[in-house]
Amino acid sequence: MLKLRNIETFYGNIQALKNINMDVKEGEIITLIGANGAGKSTTLMTICGVTKARRGEVHFQGQPIHGMTPDKIVALGINQVPEGRHIFPYLTVMENLDMGTFLRKDTENIKKDLEYIFDLFPRLAERRHQAGGTLSGGEQQMLAISRAIMTRPKLLLLDEPSLGLAPIIVKQIFDIIKKINKENNTTIFLVEQNANLALKIAHRGYVMETGSITMSDTGENLLSNEDVKKAYLGI
Amino acid sequence: MDFEYFAQLFLGGLTRGSIYALIALGYTMVYGIIELINFAHGEIYMIGAFTGLIIASVFTMLGFPTLAVVVLAGMAAIVYSCAYGFTMEKIAYKPLRNAPRLSALISAIGMSLFLQNYVLLAQTSDFLPFPSLIPDFEFWEPYAHILTSPELVIIITTVVVMILLTFLIKFTQIGKAMRATSQDKMMAALLGINVDRVISVTFIVGSATAAIGGILIASHIGQINFYMGFIAGIKAFVAAVLGGIGSIPGAVLGALVLGWTESFFTGYISSDYEDVFAFLFLVVILIFRPSGILGRAETKKV
Repeated sequence: MLKLRNIETFYGNIQALKNINMDVKEGEIITLIGANGAGKSTTLMTICGVTKARRGEVHFQGQPIHGMTPDKIVALGINQVPEGRHIFPYLTVMENLDMGTFLRKDTENIKKDLEYIFDLFPRLAERRHQAGGTLSGGEQQMLAISRAIMTRPKLLLLDEPSLGLAPIIVKQIFDIIKKINKENNTTIFLVEQNANLALKIAHRGYVMETGSITMSDTGENLLSNEDVKKAYLGI
Repeated sequence: MDFEYFAQLFLGGLTRGSIYALIALGYTMVYGIIELINFAHGEIYMIGAFTGLIIASVFTMLGFPTLAVVVLAGMAAIVYSCAYGFTMEKIAYKPLRNAPRLSALISAIGMSLFLQNYVLLAQTSDFLPFPSLIPDFEFWEPYAHILTSPELVIIITTVVVMILLTFLIKFTQIGKAMRATSQDKMMAALLGINVDRVISVTFIVGSATAAIGGILIASHIGQINFYMGFIAGIKAFVAAVLGGIGSIPGAVLGALVLGWTESFFTGYISSDYEDVFAFLFLVVILIFRPSGILGRAETKKV
């Protein structure tokens, strides 16, 4: 579904990504784990077209998408929940969700998706007329994921959804990630520092170190891998 | 008649404020979305007035009825100003979007000087008489000594424009996209919003309201020249800052406050110091509320 081939991304003269190759199959949950500054977020931004790769190619469903503007890439069915959630602070919860449907015209299905989301997160339904900036961190993360679901993505990129949240909320959010993967057959590309959690729900995982992919295997195998244990699981 | 004099000043201030509001909207919307003080915005208003004059003269000569002339001149002015606003953004601001903010500001000042001199060369440096497009309504006759018919039309037009604009910004998808883009450009792009297009629409909407303001004031005052955009632009800018730049209700409120300040000070004290009072008031308000009356204090979460 998604292919990255020999991707090299730079910020000025500093190379952030070195020869990245990745494959994501339809219906999978894959995770990309690594330390701070390894290049995980840059990988997502390169896929979305926000940061341009200097070399290499990105293909989505057989179509080259490197060189497209972000709005064109979103229109193809890729959506990202960026790190830090990026809720529009002065738009209400409803308006934030509305922005997720910016490219959609199917009013009937939009209504159904909205019900689905309010079912998933009753808290958002309660606060639908409240400004996004007044929500708590956990609620904002719920809203960010909901807004992404409203775009009906084929591929959902999640950047650190657990960051700064209480363990009970993190568990709830990971349950929902599994749920949308199963129920909507949405392919999930999960970037996490919480490697333990991420590898448990992922079918496959990639390990990134200072801009390069150093390992890739199934989630289970990576969980039991000695190097991964030492470096990322703290065991 | 003390009360009548007060009413006159109040309504005169409301009329002035309405005009300032129509121009201030453009400043505040553009600032809200790309954080640029578009110094060439006053020139868009001037171009609207010139286009209106040319079209109105042509159709009056051809013997069209007054109402048709007003509508045609108004539409032509709006279309022309929008085209200028759109092109200006593409040429002078878009290439500088990622440059330091000072570069874009200098580009805006350059654009302002260019447009003034362009109209000076292409048209004239003289004051041109502008026909009074708005007739004196008979039914309004009993109240005309407090508020003239053209002033009434200015106030009503402004109210209608404000209502339409509020509807656009609050309830339509493009309006919500404008607000979303002004709050977080990257996230807007990640949701499929074409940020460049939203910025263009913002410039077009701001130019349209400026053109309406240009026609109304020109028809009310009765003359125009290439320099008219400068002082009106500065005043409208003051209004936008007064109300809290970036805030649309703020721009309207700031414009009305400015209009009334000028009107009452000139009416009760002296007309020689009109601009002094206006700017003095700005200074006083900014001392106590640095982000303007309705402005949001700049809070950066770390």
